[in-house]
Amino acid sequence: MASFLERLLGRGDTSARATAKKRLQVVIMHDRADISPPMLEQMRREILVVLSKYVDIDEAMLDVNLERENDTVALVANIPILRVHTEV
Amino acid sequence: MITSGKGGVGKTTTTANLGMALANMGEKVALVDADIGLRNLDLALGLENRIVYNIVEVVNGRADLRKALIKDKRNQNLALLPAAQTADKSAVSPDQMKQIVADLETEGYTFILLDCPAGIEQGFKNATAGAREAIVVINPEMSSVRDADRVIGLLEAQELHNPMLIVNRLRPKMVKSQDALSVEDVQEVLGSSVKLIGVIPDDESIIVSTNRGEPVSMMEGSLAGQAYRNIARRLKGEQIPFLNLEEHEGFFVRLKRLFGGR
Repeated sequence: MASFLERLLGRGDTSARATAKKRLQVVIMHDRADISPPMLEQMRREILVVLSKYVDIDEAMLDVNLERENDTVALVANIPILRVHTEV
Repeated sequence: MITSGKGGVGKTTTTANLGMALANMGEKVALVDADIGLRNLDLALGLENRIVYNIVEVVNGRADLRKALIKDKRNQNLALLPAAQTADKSAVSPDQMKQIVADLETEGYTFILLDCPAGIEQGFKNATAGAREAIVVINPEMSSVRDADRVIGLLEAQELHNPMLIVNRLRPKMVKSQDALSVEDVQEVLGSSVKLIGVIPDDESIIVSTNRGEPVSMMEGSLAGQAYRNIARRLKGEQIPFLNLEEHEGFFVRLKRLFGGR
């Protein structure tokens, strides 16, 4: 009933079917890439350390994620730069 | 070979039904229960009381392959090589499994179906060694699809590329009401490396027929039986359109169509 109302109101597809599909796509993506969430977090932190040597990064906005396109998986990072260090 | 990601999705029922359907189409079929230690295929076929020797006794040289094979009285084209119920999963080595398949081919069997353990179980590698093509059975639910994706990777590692996919226990009503994954959803999630060869509706007659030891593919009037027979024909290389399972949804759909609506 709730999902019917939401569809009526034009919100995103929140049906059990759509939710299951979305969740499955995410877990399978992680399974295939063999990268666990803790490992992803570790990578995020290390990337941060390396980049911080050269630029100031808005840590709160840093976004590192696995993304899926067709049959491949990509590591996509969105890294907002606040300031570039003039000397290293 | 027939396998799955997790257990309990209907591998054994699928093997029994495809075997019976192929035999009824005139093929000489050997069914091998390669799930050593978990003998079950005999039950699905109603042959449990006729077992004398099993696959482990054959590979150990204690029994002749021909003597161990149980010929189905309903159709002499169908034979079963039972699993051992007590031995451990690695009692048959990969090389021994290959030898059994080769011997069955020499005996003139045109279809050899291996009912294998699920990919996450022990003994998977041993059982799959003799296979040339793989069929993965899934249910349209999350854990089954996820585990199947891993099994497809394991099959790949064993040089069994582009496995065939059977979606078992589909509930068209729940798909239509957006409550369950559809066949298309499953295909999209698993990617293009798998090839769909059949969809079996969730059907109480499968439970009844398994309880009786009579594969549903023998039943002329059964929709699930028809679905299995269609898969058997696709395995023989025929081009058979997929059944429209939604048409069999029930009274109201038929009523609506009667009045011209859809």
